[in-house]
Formats: sequence, structure tokens, C-alpha cells
Amino acid sequence: MKVGVVTFPGSLDDVDAARAVTLAGGEAVPLWHGDHDLRGVDAVVLPGGFSYGDYLRCGAIARFAAVMTEVIVAAGRGMPVLGICNGFQILCESHLLPGALIRNDHRRFVCKDQRLRIENVATAWTSVYEPGAEITIVLKNGEGGYVADQSTLDALEGEGRVVARYLDGNPNGSAREIAGIVNAAGNVVGLMPHPEHCVEELTGPGTDGLPFFASVLSTLAAR
Amino acid sequence: MTDDASPSTSCLHRLDTVAAARRTPEQPQPWSGLGLKRNEYDRIREILGRRPTSSELAMYSVMWSEHCSYKSSKVHLAKFGDLPQETPLGKTLAGIGENAGVIDVGQGYAATFKVESHNHPSYVEPYQGAATGVGGIVRDILAMGARPVAVMDPLRFGPLDAPDTARVMPGIVAGVGGYGNCLGLPNIGGEVVFDETYVGNPLVNALCVGVLRHEQLHTAHASGTGNLVVLYGARTGGDGIGGVSVLASETFERTGPSRRPSVQVGDPFMEKLLIECTLELFAAGAVTGIQDLGGAGLSCATSELASAGDGGMHVALDTVPLRDSSLSPEEILMSESQERMMAVVEPQHVDRCMATCAKWEVEAVVIGEVTDGDHLVIDWHGERIVDVPPRSVAHDGPVYQRPYTRPEWQDALQADTAAPLPRPTDVHATLVQMVASPNLADKSWVTDQYDRYVRGDTVLAQPDDAGVVRVDAASGLGVAVATDCNGRFAKLDPYAGAQLALAEAYRNVAVTGALPLAVTDCLNFGSPEDPGVMWQFERATLGLYDGCEALGIPVTGGNVSFYNQTGAVAILPTPVVGVLGVINDVARRIPSGFSCVGQRVLLLGTTREELDGSTWAQVAHGHLGGLPPQVDLAAEQALATVMVAACRDALVASAHDLSDGGLAQALVECCLRRDLGVRVQLDGDPFVQLFSESTARALIAVTASHEEAFTELCRDHGVPVRVLGEVTGDASLVVKGVLDVPLAELRSAWSATIPAAMAH
Amino acid sequence: MARVVVDVMLKPDILDPQGKAVHGALPRLGFDGISEVRQGKRFELEVDGELTEERLAQIRSLAETVLSNPVIEDYAVHVQTA
Repeated sequence: MKVGVVTFPGSLDDVDAARAVTLAGGEAVPLWHGDHDLRGVDAVVLPGGFSYGDYLRCGAIARFAAVMTEVIVAAGRGMPVLGICNGFQILCESHLLPGALIRNDHRRFVCKDQRLRIENVATAWTSVYEPGAEITIVLKNGEGGYVADQSTLDALEGEGRVVARYLDGNPNGSAREIAGIVNAAGNVVGLMPHPEHCVEELTGPGTDGLPFFASVLSTLAAR
Repeated sequence: MTDDASPSTSCLHRLDTVAAARRTPEQPQPWSGLGLKRNEYDRIREILGRRPTSSELAMYSVMWSEHCSYKSSKVHLAKFGDLPQETPLGKTLAGIGENAGVIDVGQGYAATFKVESHNHPSYVEPYQGAATGVGGIVRDILAMGARPVAVMDPLRFGPLDAPDTARVMPGIVAGVGGYGNCLGLPNIGGEVVFDETYVGNPLVNALCVGVLRHEQLHTAHASGTGNLVVLYGARTGGDGIGGVSVLASETFERTGPSRRPSVQVGDPFMEKLLIECTLELFAAGAVTGIQDLGGAGLSCATSELASAGDGGMHVALDTVPLRDSSLSPEEILMSESQERMMAVVEPQHVDRCMATCAKWEVEAVVIGEVTDGDHLVIDWHGERIVDVPPRSVAHDGPVYQRPYTRPEWQDALQADTAAPLPRPTDVHATLVQMVASPNLADKSWVTDQYDRYVRGDTVLAQPDDAGVVRVDAASGLGVAVATDCNGRFAKLDPYAGAQLALAEAYRNVAVTGALPLAVTDCLNFGSPEDPGVMWQFERATLGLYDGCEALGIPVTGGNVSFYNQTGAVAILPTPVVGVLGVINDVARRIPSGFSCVGQRVLLLGTTREELDGSTWAQVAHGHLGGLPPQVDLAAEQALATVMVAACRDALVASAHDLSDGGLAQALVECCLRRDLGVRVQLDGDPFVQLFSESTARALIAVTASHEEAFTELCRDHGVPVRVLGEVTGDASLVVKGVLDVPLAELRSAWSATIPAAMAH
Repeated sequence: MARVVVDVMLKPDILDPQGKAVHGALPRLGFDGISEVRQGKRFELEVDGELTEERLAQIRSLAETVLSNPVIEDYAVHVQTA
């Protein structure tokens, strides 16, 4: 299975995401922001970082990249897409996911090992987790506060589209402790914390992030 | 005063050319306002055989400044060059004099690292000062041909409750994080230290470590006649050239002096592009020489590249892309705009070079070429404004033998020992007071603002003793880096203090299981014009030299920062020492906290009654006097040998260096790491055992099955070892007959201090 | 040449931590009687040639799709006259 990892100018966690795909047993394929080409991949990861410096708004410029035109089309056809941190922000800016991410309520960048509950295991990226699994993965962001209007939030909750929720306190002021959401079709997931930093015992707080990548491979294999 | 800068300014600028300089030898020049001394100005005239043009004067003044020329420190730093340029793994690949030292770490890999100061800019504008400090050191590492892989930031502030600290600390920490996080380099360690002498003089030191294959080594030299000089990265603006305003006011036909900002602003996004673009240029073999643009900007890069080459250089300065079209040539030469690099490229590679820059959306322009002459020649719209021997600018600056004398107060300070200070009657209360004191308290308010995970190779990071990053995923090769300095010890005895800084950084690397290989230093001191400060500097450099010689590791590069003082009061002498080590298999690295109930807890090394200059003396009595702990480099080396062997044989579960706060602090930190308790028994005076800061010690946890083998290893190397007790599941720190403190109480005291001070 | 200014502000119901921090600091600095602070962004666009209605419409579209995110931000476009 080929999983593409997009590099935008200012992407930082692209190497980590590619490593996570490989460790999960997939083939990581580098994708370039300026190419109208998904190189035959079966799924796409939009990695963390500060695309275009995040100077305008996080993800606001990356959304207009050539590769995003292709990602949006492919996502519409059901291709699994995971946006992590800056990738989540890009998905919101692209309107593939509702809501937006704003500055942390405490105004500081935060890097910590964060406990989460996986709320939805029916998505392409969470299918191998146990329902309600509680995991610890890395959270690191300056603008990770998830916001949306009440009716959108209610709809997300009602349709079970909250994928992951923060436990042990809200680290960034996100509405309803939301750490990640999924689109209505279940293939596009945005997640503020970083599962790709939690795929080896040696280099992160455990391996609780690996099932995100195992899930997509399993989802694709089942198709 | 009005600022009349307008687009037409450059038209008003009266260009001072080489021809004009010859015609008007007696024209007065503002050398004094540029910080030059009369004899220095005369020397420039002597070198050139005429008066310098205003552009040449700008170049000499900035390159002969203390910051760039090391004119006060050179005679003392020279001895580092006498150390054998050899690490325990062999010859250094590049040493002092390059942008950063490069050492062999095995398997065809090399590592490069360096620490630099950005103290004064960080006081003026904390966020940007700290941010550009990170950016500058990262470009130094990049310029060696290496991929930067991690950063560390030793920081020092005034007292935590001082208004100055409330102003500078959040900005500096946010700047370090804001730049490093956006750049995508893990921040794996450093220091945060508070002392009243740093009020108004915060120290922002920035370290970067990079990794390269041996064959990728690049250096700053411009050779090969006809090769082209390419400037790429950010455009040149008026950053950091406030100092040239004097020149502007003399040579511009204006009513008031030019007002350029003295603050440089960093763009970490551009720096990230610059890194990827530069590494791609290296990989393509498109670059023969490279130099980053930092302090002194184009003046430095052109003169250093040209003087390291085998010919001259010609630059058309009007081709430099500008952010502000009103800049004069003098200002362009001195601009410290960030995120710029200069490469020397063979003509057949220029197209490829430009294409790579375009791919990364980095602006690149050919601004000149290497010539067969021996001068650095710079033109402005066809008129010659600079014609100098490049070495005279870059390397042949003035050298001063500043007078130094042992301060009169030194004897009294050393005589005022901690011996008469009342000892605590309530050790429990003292312990809690100690862990809550700013220098010992939890620093995660700071370090949680730094990304320590990016790139996925961080094996250890703060609060572990050293940062460890994986270099090769297949073999597990890694490097470990630590920085340390106890300025209080250095004040009591600068010679010993520098050695103690070295010993602690060396030990911090060793306790992770890495073999220490090389040293970088950032020597932060007061004014070199004060003979007492100069004496501290002379003693500290000698101590560091002797220490490195004893440990068999070279100094591969570093930086000096003088004039860190307010009025007559200098900062504590602060020779920050960084040590880099190699670990053959990062999977065997030794972490620092207790990890399992039942582990046996051992203390390595000898505890003496050494409380002078200790954290206890500071916290309990506000006292600084006496003599610092005894330096025992042979014991440090033996301890390191034991730790490296224990790592190789996987004998040890955890290890933590004993330093500030002594055994008590080490026990607390090892317990709080995973909320495991400990029960220990101490011989002798428990107060001394807990709070003495004797060196060459480490707190070890081993599984019971490895205890005998490890103890024997220690005996083989003459390292004293004592069993203290064991790790418990009781959630309390117990010293039999002395203390029984719940971990919750320790945690709340330890973790509340800094957030409480910063909450406003 | 004309200058068009686009102001972008967080919508009133979206938390503005920076504005809040500025507001919180005001009493300490001796500025009383200010009930709220909101922080926003200002873009200055130098437009070549004549500023036609068509150009202005383009800029409005730019403001809506690029310079602001309608999920969280409002924008206002105004022409600055010299």
C-alpha cells in the first residue's frame, strides 16, 4: 500500500510521517506541493509543520498548492487523508473539514505527552483501535484551539465525528476538548496531536500512534 | 529629530570611491564613532596606503570590533589551538577557525557543533534577539556541510521575581521556541539559571549540532578563478545597522542622522527553506565553498571567503537584492539581515544552483566572482568603493594584551566560607524549600514551549542530563550533547569554575552512556577593560585548556561575549561548556529517572563536605563565598569509563549526574520522573550527604541481577560505589531516620515555582 | 497607484487570547475605562493602475478567500486616499 506524504515549504514532520508509514508496513511516497500528481498513492498524509511560516493563517496558503487540488478531488472519491497539526489546519482551510484552529488560549506553544480518548473507531485512520481506547501521544502546537459554531459542534457530536478528545485537562482551549474530527464519509481525518512521533519506544512516549497508520493500511487492504 | 529617509536618499548619498579617497587623503572620517581607536584607524591607512573609503571604513570597523575580531580574547583563546586536535576517536576533521568544529563519530559520519551568545540583542528585544540567536548558530552548522539536527539553549536571567526577568524571560523563551519550532529542529536541552547579576544582562547562548558524512564536509573558501559568488536567501534590509548611523550622518547630505533599526528580525520559515535548499546544493556537488552571513553580514562573508581562498574576489554590490532600496553601500556591507548564505559555485553549476534555489522559492543572485588577483574588490554601479587585502579585514585585526589582575576582593570572598552558616534543624522543610527554589525547580514551563520530538530521532531530551539524537537508524549510532556552567563556582575560582563546567558537561554526556569527544564553549564575561574581569577570563580559559588536556578532548570552537555588566557590576563569570559524545547504539542509552520498583539505588563517587557556593548556601542563606568543590578530572574520567562500559553491557537502568542541589535534588528528580519512591540509608552527617555538591558523582539504579556485575565494574576502575537503598512503590522519598516526604508534596513545590512567577 | 486596506478581525464570538492578554494588562499599566480589546490584522495592498470596480471586486474576493478565514474571521475592505 502506498501512502503519500506531502512536503509543503515549511513542512517539518514529513520525515516522521514517512517513517511511521514504513514502520506500519506501508510504502511511504514523497509528494511535492507544487506537483499536480499524487503518484498513484492509496492514501495521503498532510504532515505537521509551519507551511509558508503560518504567517497569514495556519494552512491558509498551503491550501492553494497544486497538490491540494488533487488531494481534494481524491478525498471526494473516498481516498483516506490524514491531516496532522498543520495538516489539520490545511484540511479546515480547504473546507474538507468544518471549523478552524486558533491560537492556544494560554498563548504559548505547548509540547507535551498528551492523553487522548479515541472516540470513533469507524474511520479509515482509527479502525484498529479498541473503541474508547485511551492513548498517550505527542501534542505540540501554538494554534491548536479547535473552534466551530454550536450547530457544527452539535452535528459533529451527534454524528460521532469527533475522532479523539483530550483527557486530563484541555491543553489549548479546544471546543469540547476536541483533538480530532472526521468528515461525514469517514475517510478524511484531522488530528491536532502527532501520532507519527509515537511509533517507536525509543524516540517518543511509546507507540500509541502507530495504529493510525496500521488502520489506514488495514482499511485499504479491506477494500 | 525627523527621519527624512525617502526613496531619493540614495541619490543624495555622495559616493565615496577609491579614487576619491586617493584625491582627498585629508578628509576627516568618523572612525571614532564607528568604535575604532586612533591607532586602529592609522593601521587601516597604513595597510591601504591611503585613507579608507567610507565603505572600507565600515568593513574594517565592524570586522575589527570585539565581537568579530576577538581582539581582547585572542591571546588567551590561542592556547586552545595548542591542544592536540584529536578526540578519543581520532583527528578532528575541522577545528578552531572554521564556522564550527567537525569531529569523526564513526561509521563514516561526522558531527559538528558550536555554541554562541546572543546576549545583548536579547536584552534589547527578547523575542527577536533569542530567535535570531538560534538562526545564526544553525547557519554556522549548515555552512560546514552538515544537516542541523538539534539545538540547545543555555539561558540565564536575573532573579525569577525581578521585573526585568518578567520582561525578558517570556520573550526569550518564546523566541527560542518560535524560531526553533518553526525551523523544525528539536530542542534537546540547555540550562535555565537565575542570579541577580544577570539583571539587565540576560545570557542567551544557543548551541546547534549537525551531522554529515565525512565526504560532505564544506568550508568557507573562495578559490578557482572565474568561479561565481552567489548570494541566496532573504533580501538585504537595514537590520542591525544602527551603529553605522554615525557614518551615514557624516557622509549623507541630510539634516539628521540616518535612523536604522539595531534589531534584527528573524524569519524561521526562510531559514527552513535555506537549510533544505543548501543541503540539496551540497548533495548535487554544486558548491565549492560556502559561508553563512551572520554578524557583519557581507563584510564578513566576502572577506572571510576571499581570505581563505587562493585568489581575490570581485563583487558588484549593486546586484545585491534589497528589501529597502534606500540603503547605502556602507549599510549593505554592514547589514545583519538574517537568513542569507553565500556560495562559491563553478560556472557550469550555476544553472543547477539557481534551479535548486528556485525549487525552494529562495532568491539567488550572482553578485561576483573569484579573481586571479589578491584583493577583495567591490564596485557600486561601476565605481570602485572597496579595494582591500581580504586577510587584513578578516584576520589581521588588532590584538590586545589587556591588563589583568586578581581582584582585591577575591581573597575576602574565598575566606568567607559556608562553614559558619547555620545548618537546618528541619531537613524536610529545607528539602522542600530547595526543590522549590528557582534554580532547582521544574523547568518545564520553559521546555514545554520547545518542540523536542520533530525529526523523530530524539532519544533523550531535557530533563535528562544530556540530549541524545539518533544519527543512523540502521546501526543506532547517536550523539549526546550537554551544556553546563555554575557561575557561582566560577566567581569563587574562575580556573576551577571553568573546569567544573567542563567536568559537569562531560559527566552529563557520560551518564547517558556516551563517550565524550569534544568541547565547544561560550565564554560570557563582564568588561575586558576591567582588569579584574580580564583576570577571570584569563583564569577560566587556562582552566578550560588544562581541563581539556587532562581529559584528552579538544576545544573545536566557541564564542566570547564581553561587556555583560551593568555599571561596575559584572555578571558571574559564566564560561558555558558544551560537550559532545558518541553512543554506538542509542537503544542502550541510559535515561535519568527511576523506572521500576525494586531497582537498587547506588551512589558513585566520593562525597566531601563541600557547601561553599552550593545551592543550599544560596537558597538558605543568600550566601556566596569560600572555595568551589574540588576538581578531580581523573575521577570524572573513571566515572565516564564505567558509564560507557555499563551502557555497552546494558548493566544500568538509569543514571543521573549529581550537581546543583547535590544528592537530595538527584533523588527528587529521579523519583518524580515516573512517580516512584525511594528508600535510602545514608552514612555520616545526613545534611552533608544530601546537600554537598562534590563532583564526579552519579546516582545509579540497577536491577538486582546486575548489581554485582556493575559494582565489580566500578571497582575495576577505582570508582567508589555505595549502595544507598532501593526504588519503592510508596510514593515517598525516605531517608531512614532523617526524612519521609510524600512525592506529591515534592512535586507541588517543585513544579509550582516558575508557572506561578510567570502567571500575570 | 492606489492603496487598498483590508482589515481582518476575529469574529466577536471567537476567543482572542492576544486581545484578552492586552486587555488584562491595561489596568496594571494605568489605562482604565477600556472594556474590551480585540487584536486583528491589517493588509495594505498597493494596486497598480486605476482602481476600477472590477479590481475592487477582485480584492474583495481575495480578502474573503485568502486573507481571511470566514469560519473565524470578518473582513473589511476600504480604499485609502492619499
